[in-house]
Amino acid sequence: MKFGILVNEGPFTHQASDSAYQFAKAAIEKGHEVLRVFFYYDGVNNANKLSEPQSDDRNLVKLWGELGKEHNIDLVVCIAAALRRGIKQDVLADGFRISGLGQLIEVGIAADRTVVFGD
Amino acid sequence: MLNLVNKSPFERLAMESCLRVAPKGSAIVFLEDGVYAVTKGTAAAAKIQAAAEGSAIYVLGPDLDARGVDRERVMDGVTEIDYGGFVDLVVEHGTPQSWL
Amino acid sequence: MSEEVVFDTEGVRKNFMFLNRKAPYGTIYALEILEMILISAAFEQNTTVAFMDDGVYQIKKGQNTKALGMKNFSPMYGVVEMEKEDAEEDEDVEMVWRIVVEQESMEARGLSPEDLVLDVEVLPAAEFGALMAQQDVILGG
Repeated sequence: MKFGILVNEGPFTHQASDSAYQFAKAAIEKGHEVLRVFFYYDGVNNANKLSEPQSDDRNLVKLWGELGKEHNIDLVVCIAAALRRGIKQDVLADGFRISGLGQLIEVGIAADRTVVFGD
Repeated sequence: MLNLVNKSPFERLAMESCLRVAPKGSAIVFLEDGVYAVTKGTAAAAKIQAAAEGSAIYVLGPDLDARGVDRERVMDGVTEIDYGGFVDLVVEHGTPQSWL
Repeated sequence: MSEEVVFDTEGVRKNFMFLNRKAPYGTIYALEILEMILISAAFEQNTTVAFMDDGVYQIKKGQNTKALGMKNFSPMYGVVEMEKEDAEEDEDVEMVWRIVVEQESMEARGLSPEDLVLDVEVLPAAEFGALMAQQDVILGG
């Protein structure tokens, strides 16, 4: 089955991005395809390469980037939400791209299931 | 429809709204802080018990573990799943609704 | 930057619901979901814009944010109504737009349809839930 995922929150204040990451990983392990993860609202902060979590904790920015690369998942950061929050090309982590909200609607149409993680 | 509830029933209306609106027989997954909803002896227990008569109730095990919830504290009739089981439910039940 | 990926969505029409459950201004969710709805119109999908719980407050009449210095976005819901009218008038496109409010949420907040900036269908919880069960995609924040 083809999945689309929407992440509404950043990597630190809420569990949403962790849950989305675990869900995506499990879906892939089960042989499903994750077409795209769309980062909206404060979720755009998942793509900030300047963030430095403490070394004894997980680093979701990196984990998302690696999962995306390994399994060919399109990681899209919403441009309108990103600009508001200062996420621009020069701070964009590896594996992510910035694009429009249309990309969320597009994956909603293309995927068999769209799952939302937020607060 | 698969309902996802990630909020404690003592803090937000997510579970309450889900139970009011979701059609009878639609499954509910409790995850994140939502897992407190399915523990025994709470003020929310009667509502969950009533819901369990028409709907299948699931709880995400890794979120129980993280919060130190012993399995004997989980209400009877609630099925524990892992992330793989979560994926299976989304496949099986169709469009998920996240009660954020 | 990663390369652009395009999915073939030609000729596919799904049922999308945008579910608003949060009040405006206190958090940004109401504004950003509205931006989502407006962008989605270009994709010509069946669209339900739904309000329940504190989301009903998003479309309350008489919002004035002047003293806050924040943008009052309640007039932007007029565009949602225009999209709905366009969908109804366009005979070439088989597309349905609905704007619905859950009755119990509205009444619990002491509001009635006259208090709202949009012309809405008021649905009791069971009908609202049945409509949710017909959706292919439910987006909310």
